[in-house]
Amino acid sequence: MQRPPHFLIKHISRLSLFALVTMMACAPSPSQAEMPKDPLDSTMWEDLSKRFFGTAPIVFDDKVRVVVPSLVENQAQVPVTADARALRDVKKLIVFADLNPITHVLTLSPRKAKPYISFRMKVEQATPVRAAALTGDGVWHVGGVFLDAAGGGCSAPAMARKMADWSETVGQTQAKLWRELDGSARVRLKVRHPMDTGLATDNTPAYFIETLKVRGSEGKALADIEMFEPVSEDPTLTLMLRLPASTINVELEARDNNGGLFQSSVPAPWRQSQAQ
Amino acid sequence: MGFFSPLFQPPGAKAKRNRFIELVTTKNDPGHAALTRRKALALMSTTAAAAFVPAFDLDAAPLQYTLKPQRLTDGIWMIPGAQEAISQGNGGAIANVIIFDTSAGAVIVDTGPSRRYGEALAKLARDLTGKNIARVYLTHFHPDHVFGNQAFGADQIAAPKGVIDGLKVMGEGFADAMYRTAGDWMRGTELVLPGKAIETGVEDFGNRRIRSLTMRGHTSSDLVLFDELSGVLIGGDLAFLDRAPTTPNADIERWRISLANLGGIPHRLLVPGHGPAEDGTRAIQQTRDWLVAINEIISKAFERGLSMNEAMAEPLPKWTEKIALARYEYERSVTHLFPKLEADGLPRVDVETP
Repeated sequence: MQRPPHFLIKHISRLSLFALVTMMACAPSPSQAEMPKDPLDSTMWEDLSKRFFGTAPIVFDDKVRVVVPSLVENQAQVPVTADARALRDVKKLIVFADLNPITHVLTLSPRKAKPYISFRMKVEQATPVRAAALTGDGVWHVGGVFLDAAGGGCSAPAMARKMADWSETVGQTQAKLWRELDGSARVRLKVRHPMDTGLATDNTPAYFIETLKVRGSEGKALADIEMFEPVSEDPTLTLMLRLPASTINVELEARDNNGGLFQSSVPAPWRQSQAQ
Repeated sequence: MGFFSPLFQPPGAKAKRNRFIELVTTKNDPGHAALTRRKALALMSTTAAAAFVPAFDLDAAPLQYTLKPQRLTDGIWMIPGAQEAISQGNGGAIANVIIFDTSAGAVIVDTGPSRRYGEALAKLARDLTGKNIARVYLTHFHPDHVFGNQAFGADQIAAPKGVIDGLKVMGEGFADAMYRTAGDWMRGTELVLPGKAIETGVEDFGNRRIRSLTMRGHTSSDLVLFDELSGVLIGGDLAFLDRAPTTPNADIERWRISLANLGGIPHRLLVPGHGPAEDGTRAIQQTRDWLVAINEIISKAFERGLSMNEAMAEPLPKWTEKIALARYEYERSVTHLFPKLEADGLPRVDVETP
């Protein structure tokens, strides 16, 4: 690291002195967009908030919930739910883990879906796991929890790498759709894919599903999901869609970073689920 | 039991484990000629520590297990495990361990969670019986039952082949997980494989004949032991009492069959792997009821389309409130059982890609 030139240091210190005096003189200053204090007290927060939110306004908001198990049984498959259903007009829901070597886990654009996603992720060590919901007014609402875990989820080879025939099952998709009492539809889906992080000890390059499109009748966009390496092998997701009663099928299209395209079609029955 | 990620052996964890060794002094560790990887690391880092941090007190508060044997009947003692999850508070001493006095010597069932525990156990067995160790049995391959092996000769330790095979595959991963959860209690602990593979049969110890029966369900290989002289039946972790059963390597259907078989063996006293020894079959019934209950809750949650996080929040039956670690083990069981339900229960929906 190079030291900044002396005159700059002087300049900065003079500036900060000025700032301090100004703050004392006219605090609190509502016009000044100040970084809210991170409730999880993460060393990465400042950098990550700049990276994900830039200069956009941020609030820490209990309405954005992150649900994780009370203990991590398998750090390659940690069940996580990001839930911003308590907010209105959510444009984007992103999930990231501060201390993962690859922080960004996924982004949900809930076009005709509820701002809710359940999935499984890899963790390399104990880390804050956050969800941030961007509402129509341009504000990021951030929620999160601290996840205690042993290490190694990102640097362990995929289980598929132990099977000679993994390439024959890649892209195979299983899914089921439930109509909910409130008129929405719950879809659970699983796409076979190694989701290699590129960090594994077996030197397998990164190979993962990057996008998942969820489409209704006549190709109408229901949800778009951008996935990254920390999503667990064989991504298994739960989504909640606002699905017209007339919809017969929900189409899924997953694309990986090698250009692999995996299409599937989930029948939408008229059956009521008992889920709340 | 209580350990984390049983099937999963993160390579990163090894480096973390070595961190404990950086605090190890070799002062308390004489007389072991074999210089293992961990000991070599310990030596190296102790030398470094001595050079740069001379004031650091390496001998502060050595952790000691206090083994409190309960006399079950003439010549049989149980060292009860804490009805807890493995933690730095209990040093992993959560499973029941049994000592028999026989005319051929002491017979021990399961060796506890760590080398230090095993050494305390070996001393206790010699003190109680006034004899040397004749045999050590392992009921299954879970870490709270096997990591005291180092205190005994490998040839003294007998277990079914399935237990030995399980330890070969998962033992190192278990050790990593134990170092992480139990911490310094694990100091110096290494995996020792049993030297003697046994099957269903009988072994003579002079005044005692001990029958071994191989079953499975809690794991792929569970050993049940029966002492003909006293009528004491040792169920291993096929039977839990007042502590929630664990399922990381379980086959629930097979486990229920084994429980039915276990219940058919006439006995005077039943020793579960966790929980109090009693006459009767309460441990068998309770373990069966638990398995039926969680299997049903988890299957129904899956059928309703719930995610794993939602399934983990499902209510448990009222009677489980008096079972230690009910919610904790239920959550773990969701993790263990859900993937198979998803693999078998979600229909294939892919369209032929052009």
